[in-house]
Amino acid sequence: MKSAVIVFPGSNCDRDMAVAIRDISGSAPAMVWHGESALPDGLDFIAIPGGFSYGDYLRSGAMAARSPVMRAVVDAAARGVAVLGVCNGFQVLTETGLLPGALMRNAGLNFVCRDVALSVENTQSVFTSNYRAGEQIVLPVAHHDGNYFADDATLDRLEGEGRVALRYAGGDANGRVNGSARDIAGLLNDAGNVLGLMPHPERAIEAAHGGSDGRRLFEGVFAGLSVAA
Amino acid sequence: MARRMTTATPVPPANSPAITPQIVAEHGLNEAEYARVLAALGREPNIVELGIFSVMWSEHCSYKSSRLHLKKLPTTGPQVICGPGENAGVVDIGAGPNGTKLAAIFKMESHNHPSYIEPYQGAATGVGGILRDVFTMGARPVANMNALRFGSPDHPKTRHLVAGVVHGIGGYGNCVGVPTVGGEVNFHPAYDGNILVNAMTVGIADQDKIFYSAASGIGNSIVYVGSKTGRDGIHGATMASADFAEDAEAKRPTVQVGDPFTEKLLIEACLELMATDAIVAIQDMGAAGLTSSSVEMASAGGVGIRLDMDAVPQRESGMTAYEMMLSESQERMLMVLKPGREAEAEAIFTKWELDFAVIGEVTDTGRMVLEHHGEVVCDIPLAPLADDAPLYDRPSMSAEDYKAWANVKPLGDIPESSDIGADLLKLMASPDIASRRWIWEQYDTQVGADTLQRPGGDAAVVRIHGTNRALAITTDCTPRYCYADPYEGGKQAIAEAYRNLSAVGAKPLATTNCLNFANPERPEIMAQLTGCLKGMSEACIALDMPIVSGNVSLYNESKATGGGSAILPTPAIGAIGVLEDIDTMATIAFKSAGQAIILIGHSAGQVGQSLWLRECHGREDGAPPPVDLAIEARHGDFVRDLVTRGLVNAVHDCSDGGALVAITEMALAGRQGAALDLPDVPNPAAILFGEDQARFVVATDDADAVMAAAKAAGIFVARIGTTGGAAITVSGSEIPLDDLRKAHESFFPALMGSDAALA
Repeated sequence: MKSAVIVFPGSNCDRDMAVAIRDISGSAPAMVWHGESALPDGLDFIAIPGGFSYGDYLRSGAMAARSPVMRAVVDAAARGVAVLGVCNGFQVLTETGLLPGALMRNAGLNFVCRDVALSVENTQSVFTSNYRAGEQIVLPVAHHDGNYFADDATLDRLEGEGRVALRYAGGDANGRVNGSARDIAGLLNDAGNVLGLMPHPERAIEAAHGGSDGRRLFEGVFAGLSVAA
Repeated sequence: MARRMTTATPVPPANSPAITPQIVAEHGLNEAEYARVLAALGREPNIVELGIFSVMWSEHCSYKSSRLHLKKLPTTGPQVICGPGENAGVVDIGAGPNGTKLAAIFKMESHNHPSYIEPYQGAATGVGGILRDVFTMGARPVANMNALRFGSPDHPKTRHLVAGVVHGIGGYGNCVGVPTVGGEVNFHPAYDGNILVNAMTVGIADQDKIFYSAASGIGNSIVYVGSKTGRDGIHGATMASADFAEDAEAKRPTVQVGDPFTEKLLIEACLELMATDAIVAIQDMGAAGLTSSSVEMASAGGVGIRLDMDAVPQRESGMTAYEMMLSESQERMLMVLKPGREAEAEAIFTKWELDFAVIGEVTDTGRMVLEHHGEVVCDIPLAPLADDAPLYDRPSMSAEDYKAWANVKPLGDIPESSDIGADLLKLMASPDIASRRWIWEQYDTQVGADTLQRPGGDAAVVRIHGTNRALAITTDCTPRYCYADPYEGGKQAIAEAYRNLSAVGAKPLATTNCLNFANPERPEIMAQLTGCLKGMSEACIALDMPIVSGNVSLYNESKATGGGSAILPTPAIGAIGVLEDIDTMATIAFKSAGQAIILIGHSAGQVGQSLWLRECHGREDGAPPPVDLAIEARHGDFVRDLVTRGLVNAVHDCSDGGALVAITEMALAGRQGAALDLPDVPNPAAILFGEDQARFVVATDDADAVMAAAKAAGIFVARIGTTGGAAITVSGSEIPLDDLRKAHESFFPALMGSDAALA
């Protein structure tokens, strides 16, 4: 299994993502700087980590989406390489156009960092094959701009195509986590090899984190990829 | 006096004003201090030189009112690698991955005045400044903490200030990717016109890769990296060294503007360069910017410095040398590089898209010489600038006179409680005890994926990356105790930090402090300062927690709120400890039903200065609970031993609100009630809500073993109840956990409302 983590100026979950990949897959990912125009050969898995690429200036993910390396990521995604964007990575994926819609400021306007319950809506993708359909899992979120938006026609189409991978479940006494349309927390592309996810699976890979539901995502991806390879 | 040789007077910069008494006064120097400037220089200063003396001799930079007393603090011990005097303190934390030896580098610092004037930027740049103090010494920052004090919740400015400060801390800390893992918040009318924002950063470095500030190597390049210099924050240090007058708002232009994105790049670039051996010395540009960083580097190294102001990266055109030297633009560092290493260093900073400029060199003159537009605009001998800084032994009241001045009423009759349940609900919802969830959910508490205890417990716990060991971190201070009795309050701040670290199973190691007091020119304020320091010193010695770094913030009082209102004396403590095995870590949450609840330590019903007396009876009376340091040490050791042996699985120290509040917090955290069975006492409220020190509540499956261990150690313990159910049952009251949780969670959302993000 050959993997890469993309690093932008202002990425800050890149090292956590690399630790998770290394611990679970047994091999360390290549750390690829945003200015590179090509990716290492033979990649099976690309992670776009969380953080504040370019300080979230202009719009979250907007400038990172125009980095040289993202052209190579778009090409890799088209070839079927698995691409996971977490938090700021999800924002980069929507800004790149690999995923539809946009992530707006949280409805409550505050940054929100807490554990959230999620329901697994699609278990057919390489990312979610390790979960049971309808299963509730818990992952941490930590974001200011996680309020997913797309127009109703797009949302209906995404739902119809089974592209909602994870949904915020239950919310809390204050209502919803961030105001996301249809409570969308994770979204697949139409081929199912690109996943954008606001929660952080790399922060839930061992008991010391307070839960390991995120580990199962990586285990599922790496098992699926090694079968395919 | 040979060193004070006079040289040719530098050319005054173009448009330089004449140095009139008014200009001297505007620079915060009194007549006697200006006379020292004249003596140090041997002539009249020009405006650039006056500005430099002004900031270096400000209270903020020179510690002129506190230096004499700070010298008495205990700062040494086998665990101390570097005590006060550098950018931050350095302590030995033992083994890291692959046989490395690690150090924790940490400090706490105030950003009080700017945060009152412009809460978002004030708090944000406070976080940025303390981060730089830590990574400038070679550490990767692994945790941020903060200690906040606001005015009364119903003061019209409080909501705006809380929102701005919390958003500022989050906005900066979240972006740089350092988890904000804990802290403390108090509300009191004494802070209505002068809030306190104290930020702490803890970093981890290899012991053989620690960087210091002393410049050396005549002819070595002095290099400027980071952001460009602008006109923001000019005279921030001088502002922080005076009371607020009625015109606090007018000082807004002296507040700096932070850019956490640049700070993140600066962290990564500095750590990348630090992995090489190119750096001789490095210092961040904090208060008083380029002036204090260059003067401190040269003074520490006993060398001279020559700077070319034309080479300083500038954000605006037409900046004068005066403006450049006094700017407090953020995210900047100054370095001395080894000869010939400039290109290598420049490549790293260019990669991270940061400015890099050689702006001068180390000289052997012992003088600071600045050139601008081809002319010498400043030529100051460095030794007098540092050595002749004013030092004041300010008059202080005796402890007796202070007591009379403070006018704390004696405790008198202790009221009885007719309804323990109602009192408990009131306390759980009170501003100083209520859940801080509204705040900490706005901080990224987990980036780094090593956070083992998030806010809400006794201490934050952050794993030492790649190991099975962890750092425990806490901030503590009980200002109402410090006001009523500065000496006991000073002891208590350290003792509570010691308990909080012990409660998670960590061995307390060392301390940083942030000494927030009012105007030191008032003898009663000096009595507070010296009293608190005396208590802190004794406690640090008794509990083996030397003070390795710190900061003093004086003049925390405001005329804006109606004349001379001093803050409560607030010597905020930050402390760290080491947890040797993360698998043994204790948390406050009750884990299961049917466990014995055991109270460690004597309960005499000390209700003086208690929150119960204040919140339920409207009285701020009595002496604070006395602190017996020998007992604190023994009880801490005992609890740590119970945790390490796995004999207890829930631990909480007793502090604000006393034992019943501690038990309720344990129950809420574990969603597991408690049935308490107290011995028959005349006034159970005093026992339940008294704030007697040196106490812990623990829960255990093996009560006999804990009782036996206590007996063997000669420590007083009492079995006071059993976990289980969905309520707290005590003294005839049964208070449902649901009601307690609602009370506990209600305060902040009610204060801040759903639209607080816009406040």
